[in-house]
Amino acid sequence: MSEPAPSSPPTLTDAERAELRRQGILLTSMEELYNWGRSHSVWPLQFGLACCAIEMIAASMARFDIARFGSEVFRPSPRQADLLIVSGTVTKKMTPQVVRLWNQMPEPKYCIAMGACAISGGPFKQGYNVLKGIDRFIPVDIYIPGCPPRPEALLHGLMQLQEKIRGQKISGPGAPRHLQADTTCEYPVPDFGEHDLVPPQNPAVWQPPVIVRKEGA
Amino acid sequence: METPDQIRDRLLSRFPGAAVSLISNPGPAAQHSLLLDAADARAIATFLRDDPGLQLDFCSNVTGVDWPDREIVETTRTSTPDPAGGPAKVVEQKTKRLQPGCLEVVYHLYSVALLHGPVVLRLRTGNRSDQVSLPSLTPVWRACEFQEREVFDLFGVVFEGHPDLRRILMWDGFKDHPMRKDYVEPDDYEWEPTPHGDVLAKAKRHYPTPAPAVVKEEPKP
Repeated sequence: MSEPAPSSPPTLTDAERAELRRQGILLTSMEELYNWGRSHSVWPLQFGLACCAIEMIAASMARFDIARFGSEVFRPSPRQADLLIVSGTVTKKMTPQVVRLWNQMPEPKYCIAMGACAISGGPFKQGYNVLKGIDRFIPVDIYIPGCPPRPEALLHGLMQLQEKIRGQKISGPGAPRHLQADTTCEYPVPDFGEHDLVPPQNPAVWQPPVIVRKEGA
Repeated sequence: METPDQIRDRLLSRFPGAAVSLISNPGPAAQHSLLLDAADARAIATFLRDDPGLQLDFCSNVTGVDWPDREIVETTRTSTPDPAGGPAKVVEQKTKRLQPGCLEVVYHLYSVALLHGPVVLRLRTGNRSDQVSLPSLTPVWRACEFQEREVFDLFGVVFEGHPDLRRILMWDGFKDHPMRKDYVEPDDYEWEPTPHGDVLAKAKRHYPTPAPAVVKEEPKP
């Protein structure tokens, strides 16, 4: 939050607003209302890749009940989904399909990389056929470590995502991707090459880390 | 069930021209296998399936083995007795010979009807480069279809007579055969916190060469 200009009226603090709310007076802003509504109806895509998907399914069932957070509506179509939970190992053969699903989702959309495989390739990191993290092609909002993460961890990741959505601006330079006019929401789908994916990563989203190692180490 | 020895003897008497040899397994499992030549493999497989004493009606597993070219060093010792009565003079002579490599396909057969098995069959290609075709056993055991496709995909064995020989795990435009010993994987190395072994060797190729130390000159007062 930037400091208000001296001429603008004094803004309410969160505590004052909460006090007013207890008295039955609801004061809010368009931004807060918009983000509040969006953060409590995050619809995930019904899509799983490996054992993490089993935990995701468990999170949606009665014991853990993802419906408590407004995300129970797993959509079978990417056109109706807001959240892509990449739950499991992304093989190189599956990567174009995952990126294509991501492209088919309408903005605003979010991505959770669930589990070690989706983050970095996990135990299959040294394999020839496994993508070393879905963030090479898709911008990831929340990373949930674990192999696989417990349903509680997925719920915590979802709450972190809701926190992120509530903090987004609806105008100005800090506005999210879908509210900026000059950004494209289309991500290039990699092709199958003779030895690897072409290109092996999307340089606009991910750059290989610069390895700095001290001498003698 | 008959022992692999007996099965081999019966096969040799039934198929007089065929080359069937027994490869013994010296391990505790003692799972000996039958090496067939490619020309008679289909006929022998059909016989093993239909023979009333064996009825090997179920092929549970098909897998591949890559045997690269191997240099074998053989040591021969010749001892010449000393004419003066001293200790014998021992001369060691080492000869090297190149054992050409091949690709091998292994089939594990069981009988559901008679509840016995496994009988292990092996087929070998001529070499690893241009003579890589073998007869497909999918017409004999339908269960071989996907597994032979997998062997084709990962080892590059071409199965003659396979109904649908395409890659099954990797994509169609892929050129390599990843399970071969000389496969070179794409270099998509990323930082690794505790590299060791092959990963360390790979990591060292990616470490930047240390920059020459910069000597800082102290400003003179």
